[in-house]
Amino acid sequence: MDHQNAVGRSLLRPDGLAKVTGTALYLDDLTEGFCFHGVTVRSPHASALIASIDSSSVSDPEVKVLTAKDVGPRNSIHLIQDDWPILADRQVNHVGEPVALVVAPTLARAQSAARAVKVAYDVLRPVLSLDEALVGDPRTNGGLNVLSECKIAHGNIYQGFAQADVIVDGEYSTGHQEHAYIEPHGVIATPTLDAASAFKGVDIVGSLQCPYYVHKALTYLFGLGDEAIRVRQSVTGGGFGGKEDYPDMIAAHAALLARACGKQVKILYERQEDIIATTKRHPSRVRHKTGVKRDGTLVAMDIDVLLDGGAYVTLSPVVLSRCVLHSAGAYACPNVRIRGRVLATNTAPNGAFRGFGAPQSLFAVERQMDKIARTLGLDPFAVRRRNAYREGDTTPTGQVLKESVSAVTVLERAKEATRFTERHAQNEKARQSRKDDGKALAGIGLSLFWHGSGFTGNGERRLMSKGAVRLRPDLKIEVLTSSTDFGQGTEGIFRQIVADACGVTIDDVVVHIPDTAEVPDSGPTVASRTVMVVGGLLSRAGAKLAQTLCSFAARHDGLAPAAVALRGGFFETERGQTPFRTMAKKYLIVHGPLVAEAQFEPTPGSTFDEATYRGDAYAAYGWGANVVEVEVDPDTFITSVVNLTTVSDVGHVVHPVMCAGQVEGGTLQALAWGYLEEIKMKDGRYLNDRLQTYLIPTMADTPDMQTILIENPTTHGPFGAKGVGELPMDGGAPALLQAIENATGISLARIPATPERILQAGRAGQ
Amino acid sequence: MNESYKFILNGRPTEVTGPPMARLLDVLRRDLGLTGSKEGCGEGECGACTVLLNNEAVCSCLVPLFQVDGASITTIEGLSPGDTLSDLQRVFAAEGGAQCGACTPGMIVTIRALLDRHPKPTRDQMREYVSGTLCRCTGYERIFRAVEVLTGQREAEGVPGAPVDGTSRG
Repeated sequence: MDHQNAVGRSLLRPDGLAKVTGTALYLDDLTEGFCFHGVTVRSPHASALIASIDSSSVSDPEVKVLTAKDVGPRNSIHLIQDDWPILADRQVNHVGEPVALVVAPTLARAQSAARAVKVAYDVLRPVLSLDEALVGDPRTNGGLNVLSECKIAHGNIYQGFAQADVIVDGEYSTGHQEHAYIEPHGVIATPTLDAASAFKGVDIVGSLQCPYYVHKALTYLFGLGDEAIRVRQSVTGGGFGGKEDYPDMIAAHAALLARACGKQVKILYERQEDIIATTKRHPSRVRHKTGVKRDGTLVAMDIDVLLDGGAYVTLSPVVLSRCVLHSAGAYACPNVRIRGRVLATNTAPNGAFRGFGAPQSLFAVERQMDKIARTLGLDPFAVRRRNAYREGDTTPTGQVLKESVSAVTVLERAKEATRFTERHAQNEKARQSRKDDGKALAGIGLSLFWHGSGFTGNGERRLMSKGAVRLRPDLKIEVLTSSTDFGQGTEGIFRQIVADACGVTIDDVVVHIPDTAEVPDSGPTVASRTVMVVGGLLSRAGAKLAQTLCSFAARHDGLAPAAVALRGGFFETERGQTPFRTMAKKYLIVHGPLVAEAQFEPTPGSTFDEATYRGDAYAAYGWGANVVEVEVDPDTFITSVVNLTTVSDVGHVVHPVMCAGQVEGGTLQALAWGYLEEIKMKDGRYLNDRLQTYLIPTMADTPDMQTILIENPTTHGPFGAKGVGELPMDGGAPALLQAIENATGISLARIPATPERILQAGRAGQ
Repeated sequence: MNESYKFILNGRPTEVTGPPMARLLDVLRRDLGLTGSKEGCGEGECGACTVLLNNEAVCSCLVPLFQVDGASITTIEGLSPGDTLSDLQRVFAAEGGAQCGACTPGMIVTIRALLDRHPKPTRDQMREYVSGTLCRCTGYERIFRAVEVLTGQREAEGVPGAPVDGTSRG
């Protein structure tokens, strides 16, 4: 049969036409006019005791005001540690922390009532940065307030340094980053009431990434059974990690208000509120001490990682874990010691943001590799090429990289595609002999990086995710997972995987929206796990469903089961073909509903010890190299990125256009984190809490992009596919800083590389 | 105080009664039920609410109702009257111009205005004209390419004629 596979082709995304015609319905498009509106009263202080909350001047009889005492005994978001209050009780720990909730029949009345709620505070001294956190935290009686900590030891660091010809030290810092998804957060909560109008549960629909996280948070909050809470995803206008944990909070608020007023309640954040209240990327400070041979060979790496966790634990332990596991970069080194800590501060909790800790530690190690190259008089390509992981190498956790290792391949492809070495040397030469003619300075920079696909360590073993496919009465095969599409193209990609796994056409497959009442828990939509892990489950479930139908077809035709195959939408036997729909219909009439499910199966022999950080940290790794070309104005130090070349090994490309779209979009976020995006703060208050002042790249800031996708398959993903969502966030910033260094001779250790920072670093270096 | 205003909306004469300072975006979304235009920031920075006002791309969150009296307005809904999809929309979807889709209506309306001025735009013309409409997902590369495919400057990468009804969202 010469049918075409669906996997590997750039088919139109199923939601594409709704999105380009404006008919896709986002949260704010659903309920104009008929629901109640919730508004949040927030702390103006970074650290304070709540002296009193007075809502006596709220005169609107239809308004309800809730404070911590109305939440009940379980006043926390049930995530990793239950320390994140749904409404602050007694003490606030960051600006924007929710203190009270107000609900009213209209938004204007809710806002007016919220202004009438008077909260009195006794202001305390806040801790606002890693520097301040290292001095000590009043919340822990002046000691370090460590939210999470971990250590990795590999080889013998002292013997390693003893073998070194040269020891290189470096310290690298990164700042907050705001997700700036175009659709702000929003949730609608509809209470379910019994015959006596008592609250018995709630339905949530929201702009969110992880329906089962919200489900877990709400069953815990209300102490209700699984059936009492239903969570569905509305069309979601971007997430990037920002809608991983925070929807738990907004859903809890909306659900509490719905319980209080007995009505459907909507909470929609305006942009400013969204920026003030929700999570950001963790700021970081990473110290490196590296022992190298004269030829550039790494012999010892001592790494100390600090992350700023913000006010509460939220997802920080897991972010730290991914951060330290990526912190030695895509390089083999026999002796490695890594220590990681997350310290608390008095800012909004920092949380998930594409890359999840890895971009911070990869920025540091890539800048450190540049420093090593400079110290030894090598070029940036050569020092990376020498140390890049090869198949059979061992990582700092003792994991042997057995397959799908492409560090050298991506590096060499990036070099060839851009003539990197030659042009880097030319720019160096030109800079040293240049006259001050005011012309833009050209620079080129390169980075190499890796990114583990799927949950870290035992995460997948703990989740034990499920995915399913179901043959519907209309003879469509329906995909059932909790994986959300917030732009990546998940719905289309799942259809492709299932169509090929079953042997039907793409038209035969549809995707159910994530809905906790209808789909199994396939885990959160995070960690570059959707294609590799959940797609893998669907591939197995699809094959099972096909097998059941083939056995039926064989019995129907009096053949041995092996004599029937389902391919390209037909049951094939040596006697001929029967259309899929014909036989599927007979199956449903004879046997009734058909569902096939698959659950995660750990790789035999693969273990990870969370106490010692030894073992297989990830089932597979994606590999990437970036080459960034810049022009820097010699008078103003304004940087323009003029060209970007990315090489990415994603195992197998399921959809070339959407895969490239992940790489391009992610890399622009990475570049912008490197030179443009910065949260400025005063007394714990964000000074740039709007899109007018928090700048993200426009089309005018965007380079031309050359996107090269490499396929080095893994046995752990469907059709060999690995994750692609986060990999692109990892290499943009360090490549950009190397390019600025190549152009100006100024080496920065801190991002964003604003003109002011370049000037400052240039002066300091003189 | 409410006043009555007349304008041409997506080719049809329309009359709206409302306060003169009502935001055009709210009039479109709430009073007229046209929810294709999105609100991303409410201060004219993101461009998700872009509509054509007398053929100029403007942020409808910044336009007061009184200003559109007698004007002609085109929203994203006006670019595909009935079920007819414009070539721009078809190519935009096929070539990966839309990911999360929240910027997409405003982006497409902006590009419509660009193409009126530059039927075969260079990248720098796109950068200049479209820079008021933000996209956080695509890195803009697939938006550039969609316009280049549409205007015959590049080969298509998307597979033509693929089915469209694969989601249960409707």
